[in-house]
Amino acid sequence: MAYPYEHPRETRVLSKYFGDEDAIGIDGWIERGGYKALAKALGMAQDAVTEVVKDSGLRGRGGAGFPAGLKWSFMPKDGKLPNYLACNADESEPGTFKDRELMRWTPHQVIEGIIIASYAIRAQHAYIYIRGEFVDIVRVLNGAVVEAYERGYLGENILGSGYGLDLTVHAGAGAYIAGEETGLLNSLEGRRAEPRVKPPFPAQRGAFGMPTTVNNVETLASVPGIVENGADWYRQWGTEKSPGTKLFSCCGHLQRPGNYEVPLDFNLKELVYDLCGGPPEGRELLGVIPGGSSVPILTADEIDCDVSYEGIEAAGSFLGSGGLIAMDDSTCMVRAVRRMVEFYDHESCGQCTPCREGTSWLAKILRRIERGEGREEDIPLLLDIGANMAGKTICPLSDSAAVPVVSSIQKFEDEYMGHIRDGGCTAKR
Amino acid sequence: MDNDRKLINVTIDGIEVSVPEGKTILEAAERLGIVIPRYCYHPALSAPAQCRMCLVEVEGAPKPLPSCVQQVQDGMVVSTDCAEARKARRGVIEFLLLNHPLDCPICDAAGQCMLQDYAHETGQLRRRAVEPTVVLGRDHVTSEIVYFADRCILCTRCVRFMEEIAEEPVLQVIQRGHKGYIDTMTDELFEHPFSMNIVDVCPVGALVNEDFLFKARSWDLDQTASICPGCSQGCNVLLGTKEQRVVRLKPRPNPEVNSHWMCDYGRREVVRWGAGIRAEVPMVRESDRLVAIDWSRALDALVEALSEASGGAKAIVSPGASNESLFTLRSLMERVGFEGGYFHVTTGSEQVLKGFPKLALREDRAANARGAELLGFERVDYVYGALLGHRGVVFVLEEALDGAPEDFGEGVELFIYIGSHLSPAAGKADIVLPCPIWAEMEGTFTNFEDRVQRFNQALRPPGLARPIWLSFSVALARLGAGEPFTSVAAAFGALAEELGVYSGLSYERIGLNGATTAAAGSAAAARR
Repeated sequence: MAYPYEHPRETRVLSKYFGDEDAIGIDGWIERGGYKALAKALGMAQDAVTEVVKDSGLRGRGGAGFPAGLKWSFMPKDGKLPNYLACNADESEPGTFKDRELMRWTPHQVIEGIIIASYAIRAQHAYIYIRGEFVDIVRVLNGAVVEAYERGYLGENILGSGYGLDLTVHAGAGAYIAGEETGLLNSLEGRRAEPRVKPPFPAQRGAFGMPTTVNNVETLASVPGIVENGADWYRQWGTEKSPGTKLFSCCGHLQRPGNYEVPLDFNLKELVYDLCGGPPEGRELLGVIPGGSSVPILTADEIDCDVSYEGIEAAGSFLGSGGLIAMDDSTCMVRAVRRMVEFYDHESCGQCTPCREGTSWLAKILRRIERGEGREEDIPLLLDIGANMAGKTICPLSDSAAVPVVSSIQKFEDEYMGHIRDGGCTAKR
Repeated sequence: MDNDRKLINVTIDGIEVSVPEGKTILEAAERLGIVIPRYCYHPALSAPAQCRMCLVEVEGAPKPLPSCVQQVQDGMVVSTDCAEARKARRGVIEFLLLNHPLDCPICDAAGQCMLQDYAHETGQLRRRAVEPTVVLGRDHVTSEIVYFADRCILCTRCVRFMEEIAEEPVLQVIQRGHKGYIDTMTDELFEHPFSMNIVDVCPVGALVNEDFLFKARSWDLDQTASICPGCSQGCNVLLGTKEQRVVRLKPRPNPEVNSHWMCDYGRREVVRWGAGIRAEVPMVRESDRLVAIDWSRALDALVEALSEASGGAKAIVSPGASNESLFTLRSLMERVGFEGGYFHVTTGSEQVLKGFPKLALREDRAANARGAELLGFERVDYVYGALLGHRGVVFVLEEALDGAPEDFGEGVELFIYIGSHLSPAAGKADIVLPCPIWAEMEGTFTNFEDRVQRFNQALRPPGLARPIWLSFSVALARLGAGEPFTSVAAAFGALAEELGVYSGLSYERIGLNGATTAAAGSAAAARR
């Protein structure tokens, strides 16, 4: 069975076995070369593993793009306190569905990455904090963890190396904010998933007050390949600052939505038009959100850029989680933004005043504009509320809610003014 | 402890200050008298940095930082009042007022509300939101505390008080985001002996005490620094009084005694002490009845009766009487021979505040049992037993004589009753002298751990009621024992001179924070 869409221009490293049911079980995975990297890593010094990952330039795939090896190197090495690894599998960014597929088709790729990372940061216990709604994936992972224990890849004295690791799959209880790394740690501890004030950073005080590294699923899934083949192998793809390949979850008004894996120097426009087939017949592309709903919208003529972290940033947005949302000219931008803001309103944990109150106020104003009851002064008001929210809170959810509002006003003010002046929508339905 | 830490220099609003390492910007600013607005921060609770009111600009930082958790660093340049910080604060105030009912005219917190204060200070004149506010309603959280969800700003101070200080985490934010509200996890009300502190920590009018609800506007209250007389802990309090009545007690911070807290029992019980039929004029017995007279003639009668007395004196006193009252009573008794003074203490179960175990509702439900003991009065279970067969002079000081035997006061040479209320048993007295309750006078109490604390006068005593240290010192002077005291300070001074345990203490030194006696530790320990 082939994975829904495969495109010859893809570079399938992480997603090589998507659609291959035989790769899910541990035997099939070992046949395909699995756990070789682990054996190699366990033969290396812990810090040497971190060095390889550092050299590879692998950057966090959860959205922030922080260099993974550097993050690992913050972990204390004195062994005074137990170190933990938390794999962030709470994939909830609107438009993003890559981690789900990585865990669905290649659970052992993720687990192998977790074991290697745990070894490198001297963790004795690792957690997979997985989004509770991924019921089927939780089953897949639980099965894979049992298999890994049976084969001696988990537990005491892994492959005779003397290193031991326990791995727990922890299903979350349904909140977007549990995907924020410190919110995740609170949720893991059984508290409300409210982000913590940093500092202290998780590497100082993380899960249960102990030094903890939190890595995204895709980041960890990239690790076995890097350790097995070396940093240079990984750097054959992408750019100097953004090496490697990345999965893009493409959705919205596209002819062939789905997950596509491309090197990070791939052209965004080609990704949209070539791999995904562009907008449906007879439609014009209006805009693209390249990295999940928390990043600024790019207009159709802004997308001729690299998909690298720096390439998309130069175009005026962020790579984020790689959740690409395409919108064609049938889209009512006010409505689309209203829907996104309603999501953040629903998901705000409510700790910080600007986020708790600002998200719901933005949603109310946008609903009013959409109904045709907007006022011209609502435009500067929305921008000012956005300014009072962005950068004023513990975590970036507040910024994320303000981003679509501010960027859509900057780029699609006509649509807003159309609603306000004519009381209607300009979208071509 | 501060002295052990390295000092570092920071500049706040252009003023340079040296503070110990590890202090937050907010604490450092307070040293300069700069109060950075805050809601979720409370000095005795953890700081979640979530209200975002205390954001300040720090040179070199990419965005404003929460001053309640951000520690100062050497050379840091902070601005609490620049345009950026002001805009951030104005934004927070606007957000907080979005769904606020603005029902200040009927809100108990009006006049003492941090939202009101900061909205006036930094808020904007006009409301920019045209959307209707969300209405959430109200509910009880304990049988005495009402939660107004609409007024709540979700600062979680109450949640943290219950978690960190009461160590009974019964309160929680329910729901999330703008739907959040404070409640218990069950449908039940919660009970805790220190629950009313959540009303005090609430910076707005979300949690209010039903007992005080709609009784007074906070600005109509007179506030007097006092001591709670409810038990032997001696919590430092602020008495809120209005129209000659105590309407509430609020804890007055004292790190040595009660931190920022006090128990519910104290608040509940002592506000009613002034009620009932008060003794307002001195009375002396003329043949078979008591006749009201003025103080001068009452004291004449007292002095004359004592001069003629042949037997010694015994007394039943209240363990809630002040040190000065007890001291002058004892001095007076000694003129005819002190044969014993007795008191009984009502007790109840001890309730310790787990997160601040120095503070407890003590078993002894009286303020000055320890003070009475130090003055040589004896604690007994049955005070009337101690007076059985006594035929000399009997003094009763501020003791209601509930449960006294029917023949109490009969067959004695002289029976002098000093009280704030008219007790039936006082009917047999030869002389009745009206005295104020604690809220109507000043003086000192000595708490369970020998800490001497001053309480101030909040109310006018009714009628001719007069503090006992004053009237008895006049009587003593007439009996030839020096000059009468002209102030409580003088009365305490004489007490400290005579009683070794109080040596080194003066009324001035006790001040508003109290001081421990020599027996309880050196003066240095008191300062620490």
